[in-house]
Amino acid sequence: MIEIRNISKTFHQKKQSFKALDRVSLTIEKGDIVGIIGFSGAGKSTLIRTVNLLERPDEGQIIINGKDFTQLSSKQLAEERKKIGMIFQHFNLLSSRTVFDNIALPLELDHANKDQINRKVNELLKIVGLEDKAHDYPRSLSGGQKQRVAIARALANDPHLLLCDEATSALDPATTQSILQLLRDINQRLGITILLITHEMEVIKAVCNHVAVIDKGKLLAKGTLSEIISDRENPVIRQFINSDNMTLPQELNNRLQKEPQDGLFPLVEIELNENISVEELLSTLYTQYKIPYKLLKADVEYLGNSNFGKLLLQLQGKEDENQQAIYYFNQNKIQNTVKGYA
Amino acid sequence: MLSDTVIALLAKGAWETIYMTFVSGFFGFVLGLPVGILLFLTRKGQLLENTVYHRTLSILVNIFRAIPFIILIVWMIPFTRILAGTSIGVNAALVPLSIGAAPFIARLVENSLIEVPHGLIETARALGASPFQIIRKVLLPEALPSLINNATITLITLVGYSAMGGAVGAGGLGQVGYQYGYIGYDIVIMNTVLVLLVLLVFIIQFAGDRLSKSFDHR
Repeated sequence: MIEIRNISKTFHQKKQSFKALDRVSLTIEKGDIVGIIGFSGAGKSTLIRTVNLLERPDEGQIIINGKDFTQLSSKQLAEERKKIGMIFQHFNLLSSRTVFDNIALPLELDHANKDQINRKVNELLKIVGLEDKAHDYPRSLSGGQKQRVAIARALANDPHLLLCDEATSALDPATTQSILQLLRDINQRLGITILLITHEMEVIKAVCNHVAVIDKGKLLAKGTLSEIISDRENPVIRQFINSDNMTLPQELNNRLQKEPQDGLFPLVEIELNENISVEELLSTLYTQYKIPYKLLKADVEYLGNSNFGKLLLQLQGKEDENQQAIYYFNQNKIQNTVKGYA
Repeated sequence: MLSDTVIALLAKGAWETIYMTFVSGFFGFVLGLPVGILLFLTRKGQLLENTVYHRTLSILVNIFRAIPFIILIVWMIPFTRILAGTSIGVNAALVPLSIGAAPFIARLVENSLIEVPHGLIETARALGASPFQIIRKVLLPEALPSLINNATITLITLVGYSAMGGAVGAGGLGQVGYQYGYIGYDIVIMNTVLVLLVLLVFIIQFAGDRLSKSFDHR
């Protein structure tokens, strides 16, 4: 179990000080995947770096498996750090070492013998799927492969905790998904607790079962993923969930009129909430109000029994019928905006 | 064109220059490398951040770098006598050459280490590496191509220094060029010395570039 207790950290620059963390507390249970989300400059990077004391907090305690890290001597701390893996946004592989030797580094630091190193590194290469790259230098690897090497290196000392500092922020979406898949796999197969920070809601949705939201050095909210997502009041959380704007197809955008006209139908953007499922909403429109519609775009996310996301609908009924539909949305507290008429 | 005695003289001079350059280069690194590492480690934001040590070391290095080499040789004569037993000849010249090169090397080493991405040091700390392990397993290997380039620069500087030393009795091509060229005004010997020195510099630069490249996997 990892306990972050009342951590504060202020950075001092010339005549200026900046409070990066303000009395942050967070408890992480064994085996969890916890995500901390925040905008850049929110303090999330500082927070994850205080966990293994790369950044020493001004106040507060870090307690991991009963040991208060802030009280350890530098030698004891080095020993404890060996049991905490860490991966970074820019991978931080040694350019002078091959893939094999990069993964072997933590074992060398721990004075393992050649046989142990060989066995362990080959095992790790298999886990991350890079057996054929063992003797390549990092220079010749893609970003995703580099992060896989970094993950293998982080796992070399059989850690109980893996810290991920924006580990997918430098990767493209497809590679991001494959790295996240690997992290989930590691969590399940090896039972390693994972703490990650990110500014992408996608990452949180893909792997985390617990989430904390940080803004301006303060922890705004923490809880399970669905708890956090259904907290629609919190402006920071809202911004993260609704970050993707629905863009209209180019061709439609050109035809779009601002004012209603005869023969044009309204385009409505609907924000789904947990009250009404998308299936129910569409069937109500069609069977109860008898409005023909065109579903132009949908971005729906299911979480447990509820769904979130956005729909872009063109209501193709008569004017008063369409009005009724909008009334129905409002009645059920479904946010809707008319984007125009086409 | 050149008599056997002149060829023997030039060969001996060339050998002495090579000997002085490489041996003092070696001792220069023995002294300068640790100082350079310390200069780097005590910098602000680095592993052993310590302003007082860094300033003191930095001032010391600057003082020695400010002394013109030709004056350093003469200034160091008493110390050279204690260490080498004499102040004349190739072995005596090694003392001021090494000490003249050391602060220069220290600065070059410091700069090589600054080029190592800070994230790598951070990663090593996160892996539980001790400061000594960070130096040996991360900093020096990562800076190696740059360190080799700096060793090349140092050796070429030392070719020049050793020729300067030749004028005050250190031996080597410098002494041959000075005695037979400057004092005796033998154009052939003077130019041959120059050609040999240019050749030596080219060889060192070429070998250094090749070596640095072979270690560079960035």
